[in-house]
Amino acid sequence: MSHSVAAPLSGATAIPAVEIPTVDLRELAPWALFAGLLAVLVVFFVSTDQGAVSLFAGSAIHEWVHDGRHLLGYPCH
Amino acid sequence: MNARTFLVRGLLAGLIAGIVAFVVAFTVGEPPIDTAIGIEEASAAEAPAEPAADEAHTHTHAEEGHTHSHSDEEGGITRTNQKTWGLATATIAIGVALGGIIALVAAAVAGRLGRLSVVASTALVTALGFVAYALVPFLKYPAAPPAVGSGDTIEERTAYYFAFALISIVAMVAAVVLGRRLAAERSAWTGVVVAGVGYVVVVAVAALAMPAVNELGDFPADVLWEFRISSILTLAALWATLGMALTWLLGRVETTPRAVA
Repeated sequence: MSHSVAAPLSGATAIPAVEIPTVDLRELAPWALFAGLLAVLVVFFVSTDQGAVSLFAGSAIHEWVHDGRHLLGYPCH
Repeated sequence: MNARTFLVRGLLAGLIAGIVAFVVAFTVGEPPIDTAIGIEEASAAEAPAEPAADEAHTHTHAEEGHTHSHSDEEGGITRTNQKTWGLATATIAIGVALGGIIALVAAAVAGRLGRLSVVASTALVTALGFVAYALVPFLKYPAAPPAVGSGDTIEERTAYYFAFALISIVAMVAAVVLGRRLAAERSAWTGVVVAGVGYVVVVAVAALAMPAVNELGDFPADVLWEFRISSILTLAALWATLGMALTWLLGRVETTPRAVA
């Protein structure tokens, strides 16, 4: 990233314009899609699996994250 | 600064946030959970003839001639593991996942929210994320301790919770997009006020329209209060640490002089 002072400092009232870096949205899109899908999966397993919906049979995941599920505010049981 | 700059720092900040949330949850959250499990076991012992609810719900089973107990091993998971490694798994997994998402949202809005610096817009994203995905859902569907909530209604309650959270997140994103446009066309004041009031009105209408959940029964109010305070403290610790760590890490990038090629 770069800080570039665009405005001349001679003017007493001039505010130095700092260039704020941006990220190209087209470059960002695949990261966002992939990370978004992963995050939804993680949230699902911590918050819901073997509760309202069971992707895997049994209760091991539910019991393992049980206290976190309660304290992070997800409906547990 | 590119997507990697943000994502790497978001995952690291999320890891730190998950660890801090675990410490807070273990310290203030486990005492009321232990109390609630004691209440649950006492009421299960009083009604041993109660039929088991359903196979997916493991907490009130009194099958096979023994009363279910949280202190027993369940699928090889002891209560000690549940409140240490299990709790840490949950908070750290959620922390890293949220850290990654928040970092990518911060990357998308960096340099695009008026004259806010990268650190300032990232701080705003984290704060609004806490409001949209933690605070507002908590106000409508607050966390319930063990012994509260019927296994028969877990599906509805889960659906309500995530539907309301989704409404809140979508309303927040829409509010920021609208506020940004108004700030550019009218004034910053107009943008912030319309966005803020608009978000509050949308979630308030949704909260009034959506069904209430009240399955408290005769659960003691003091334990409930202690549990819910510890729950919102855990969420606040998670999001606050995420915001502080991510802005600190990004600030170091922003102020590190770049080698001129």
